[in-house]
Amino acid sequence: MSADAATELRIVGFLCNWCSYGGADTAGVGRFQQPTDLRIIRVPCSGRIDPLFVVKSLVNGADGVLVSGCHPRDCHYSEGNFYARRRLEALKSFLPILGIDERRFEYTWVSASEGQKWKTVVEKFTERIHELGPARKINAEMLAEAKAMFATV
Amino acid sequence: MQYLDELKSKIKEKLPDLDVVIGWEQGFDPLRATPLFMRTEEDVDKLTWGPLCVHNLATYLTGLKGKKVGVVVKGCDSRSIIELLQEKLINREDITVFGLPCEGVISMKKVARAVGTLDYIEKVDVTTKGITVSAEGKDYDLPLTEVGADKCGRCQYHNALLSDVFIGDTIDDSAEDDYSDVTEFEAKPREERLNYWLAQMDRCLRCYACRNACPLCVCRDHCVAQSRDPHWMSQDDTVQSKWFFQMIHAMHLAGRCTECGECERSCPVGIPILLLRRKMNKQINELFDYKAGTKIDAKPPLMAFKVEEDNINERGW
Ligand code: SF4
Ligand code: SF4
Ligand code: SF4
Repeated sequence: MSADAATELRIVGFLCNWCSYGGADTAGVGRFQQPTDLRIIRVPCSGRIDPLFVVKSLVNGADGVLVSGCHPRDCHYSEGNFYARRRLEALKSFLPILGIDERRFEYTWVSASEGQKWKTVVEKFTERIHELGPARKINAEMLAEAKAMFATV
Repeated sequence: MQYLDELKSKIKEKLPDLDVVIGWEQGFDPLRATPLFMRTEEDVDKLTWGPLCVHNLATYLTGLKGKKVGVVVKGCDSRSIIELLQEKLINREDITVFGLPCEGVISMKKVARAVGTLDYIEKVDVTTKGITVSAEGKDYDLPLTEVGADKCGRCQYHNALLSDVFIGDTIDDSAEDDYSDVTEFEAKPREERLNYWLAQMDRCLRCYACRNACPLCVCRDHCVAQSRDPHWMSQDDTVQSKWFFQMIHAMHLAGRCTECGECERSCPVGIPILLLRRKMNKQINELFDYKAGTKIDAKPPLMAFKVEEDNINERGW
């Protein structure tokens, strides 16, 4: 697969420095073919990922958001990912009420040695986002439609 | 108004040891109560109590940290105090809680709808089961079942859960809360849910009344909604930024919100933001078996973790 601006969607990836970023690097060094939709943002720890990073990305036009950290028990800071897991799970279950498709957000654990797993994760997630298609952008037209639908509120 | 005299005398008894006691007095008209800060015995004589005392006074506690403060609470308000104590945002020894059993408070919006005006109300009589409002020469009998706040219809904590002085007889019955409002809303098509919030949020003024009224919103001048460093949110008047602000509020209250409803009540344009809070609470309860502000020695779930989570299965997607 090559970078193709016409078919590529915008997926934001928040990766922890110690495991998942390393895992993505391993995949790169191993020259595994991967889809190119994902834009990676490296953070020190999955515990650093405020769920609002995800929400902000989604509200402002990302088609998908992927978070990846070290496996539970493998966190470089011992427990950052345990806190992350609770927050991210709470976030995921909150999205439906907003009307944001919860399938556009996913979180997972990939270690630095798991280049192959990283490739699988990126492929699966990208495929899912492509099935969902581009997210609707919140713009004047969409707002007008929403207001017409709820003219009485 | 039951218990009012006893409440007054108990407050007067404790007043010499306290910097201030917070309760309610009549506001600009007989329908509206307003917070009262009592420092002298004369102040205490202005105190009122009953279904018009809507405000959750726990909101003031973090701002008065370090002072000896007394506070009058209903059942639901007491949960905010418990949550604040759990998070060490206030000191137990500085707070004197005057707890009461509460049968419910009114919703001003419902009264306004029934009476047809929100202007000056000349006269209000409080009866055991409701209120009688005289407005523009007409009397309206309004039972609590009709004009009571929604939260009171599902109240499980009528009696203050925490108090140094408890006045009155405890109320035994407790309602059910099946979160049907949340599930009903979620049963609507996704597009409709999204449109609903966009239409609602478009009316938001970004006045931040919802934030300021919330007892657990404690960042005050450091709120990320206004901070320039980090510059989390633009000051643009876009529906995205207004909606995003509500998501900030919901996420920052995850596992902490006690559903006192002050955010929604204080919203000048009536945006139903409590629905978002209730959704988060429903999920927190399902995931972590936790209701904010109900157990004094519990730890808020997002400040803790289990190595093996009971209800999270994040593997194999
Ligand atoms: S929710 Fe319960 S304690 Fe709170 S005001 Fe209503 S009836 Fe009173
Ligand atoms: S978010 Fe609303 S309901 Fe929850 S504690 Fe704050 S004011 Fe009360
Ligand atoms: S109180 Fe209402 S109008 Fe004001 S910021 Fe909150 S939601 Fe917006």
